[in-house]
Amino acid sequence: MSDNILPESEAKRQHVVEIDSHAINFGPQHPAAHGVLRLILEMDGEVVERADPHVGFLHRGTEKLMEYRTYIQNVPYFDRLDYVSPMCEEHTFVLAVEKLLGITVPERAQWIRTLFAEITRVLNHLLNVTTYALDVGAITPSLWGFEEREKLMEFYEAASGARLHSNYYRPGGVNRDLPVGLTERIAEWAETFPKFVDELEELLTANRIWKQRTVDIGIMSAEDALAWGWCGPCLRASGVPWDLRRSQPYDKYAEVDFQIPVGRHGDCYDRYLVRLWEMRESVKIIRQCLAKMKPGPTKVMDNKFSPPRRAEMKRSMEALIHHFKHFTEGFHVPPGATYTATESPKGEFAVYLVADGTNKPYRCKIRPTGFAFLQAMDVLSKRHMLADAVAIIGSLDIVFGEIDR
Amino acid sequence: MADPETAAEALAREVGTLPGVHSTRVEHGEVIADADRDTLVALMTTLRDDPRFAFEQLMDLCGVDWPDRTERFDVVYNLLSVSLNQRLRVIAATDESTAVPSVCGLWPCATWWEREAWDLFGILFAGQPDLRRILTDYGFEGHPLRKDFPLTGYVEVRYDEDRKQVVYEPVKLTQDWRTFDFVSPWEGVTTLPGDEKVYGARTKVTRNPPQPPPEKS
Repeated sequence: MSDNILPESEAKRQHVVEIDSHAINFGPQHPAAHGVLRLILEMDGEVVERADPHVGFLHRGTEKLMEYRTYIQNVPYFDRLDYVSPMCEEHTFVLAVEKLLGITVPERAQWIRTLFAEITRVLNHLLNVTTYALDVGAITPSLWGFEEREKLMEFYEAASGARLHSNYYRPGGVNRDLPVGLTERIAEWAETFPKFVDELEELLTANRIWKQRTVDIGIMSAEDALAWGWCGPCLRASGVPWDLRRSQPYDKYAEVDFQIPVGRHGDCYDRYLVRLWEMRESVKIIRQCLAKMKPGPTKVMDNKFSPPRRAEMKRSMEALIHHFKHFTEGFHVPPGATYTATESPKGEFAVYLVADGTNKPYRCKIRPTGFAFLQAMDVLSKRHMLADAVAIIGSLDIVFGEIDR
Repeated sequence: MADPETAAEALAREVGTLPGVHSTRVEHGEVIADADRDTLVALMTTLRDDPRFAFEQLMDLCGVDWPDRTERFDVVYNLLSVSLNQRLRVIAATDESTAVPSVCGLWPCATWWEREAWDLFGILFAGQPDLRRILTDYGFEGHPLRKDFPLTGYVEVRYDEDRKQVVYEPVKLTQDWRTFDFVSPWEGVTTLPGDEKVYGARTKVTRNPPQPPPEKS
């Protein structure tokens, strides 16, 4: 028997398992990577020693393309950045263009934009919270949440004609007025939705497995969160009460009443709770928008910036010329630069727009939110288990359309 | 809250007194400071740590290309103070070969932004330990957001069924990229012959430079 031949120490050695550090290639095709994230994880056994995210797999050169398109042609690019919250991205761009043009948007258009920015926020948070739960093993929330998302995307479709890539906001207002009956449908939905959030919370908030997977995982202190350039729900979960809707309000946010949920621990669980409460607050804003909205024009009446009405074009030669010039040449934006930021569902989404007086942007830098979150992945996942890295990615709410541009 | 215009002007005045700042101005209510490249880190440290400014966050760092200038790149830092609710834009100029001091020691998030500026513009950052490409493909050549880089790029990628691998080839377009001259008398950007007096007061604007054709390689 060979066992007996070996000396005792040698036999012992064979039973000792040595685990040395090794690297795991996580993604770019991995369902829990929320897109095309490639994560090089240096592991010590099952513990993450170092995480090196590789991004850029979805790089489409949006910023370069924008320099060759007119301002109106550039709006749809923003739907395709963060494709989970398209209208909020458009919002930033149109605000930046309006700032450079120096035009004031009619009241009703501002209310519609605020309304749809909040619908978008619910849309985004529903996707994030439920798929995040899916990542750590809970399937039911995603099945319920996606049904609710479908209702919201029907509102999108009614207003803009498209469920996802809406292309609805315009420099100077919105593309067209809301169809008859839509506000009633949204109001009806706003009545029932808080109950859905309660049901969602019943599934997760006190759930033992959910808490074991998220509480005290991926903690970010307030100082670190600021240094890493965090913003939005992730920053608020770390205990910094900062929301651009409140501190630097745009459109109609100064006129609506809402609370800003702030977390304390900065862990994955707090980030989830902040998003959940933000959905409730969004519904409050939606109700106020519907109550305060009055009939009126939905874009600036100046035909230099917005196309003339269809009926007018049939009779007026000038309107026809305006229409033609608007959709071929577009409007010229006076030289200047602006850094315009809005509170997108994920955080500070900003556009640094440099205009040179022509009808195309000279430079348009898009400040993606997830870029800053993902960069902190290394410090967040250090000394955590591999499975926790998945929970951390889910809690950061990253979308690669936006990060890779 | 105080009148935002006066608050911005006050900030511009205070930032203007700092060493290393050439000039400050307020545009569309936003404060902009042109800074000296070499003393940038000292300036940024003051802006972050001085309680008058308290810019805890570097929200964005990006490049802008102005090929006509001797120092063709602007490096734009967008700072945000959460505690004082104010923003500041710091702009430093550089060229292709001169490195800008890295601010990754002040804000760790600067690393990826600087990698991005290096990747897309070829701006160098001194003291940045991790200056890898970030957004473009592995092994990509060139800096695509420079104005002299063609929109179509130089190479295209496809899967070759015969070789059973992904291959890179010089870009071939079935239809040439079409640019239209939109600088027309409608908006009156150019001065028409005989109309010099009318349009004399208008500022001259430069347009995107024409596209060089893709290089045949």
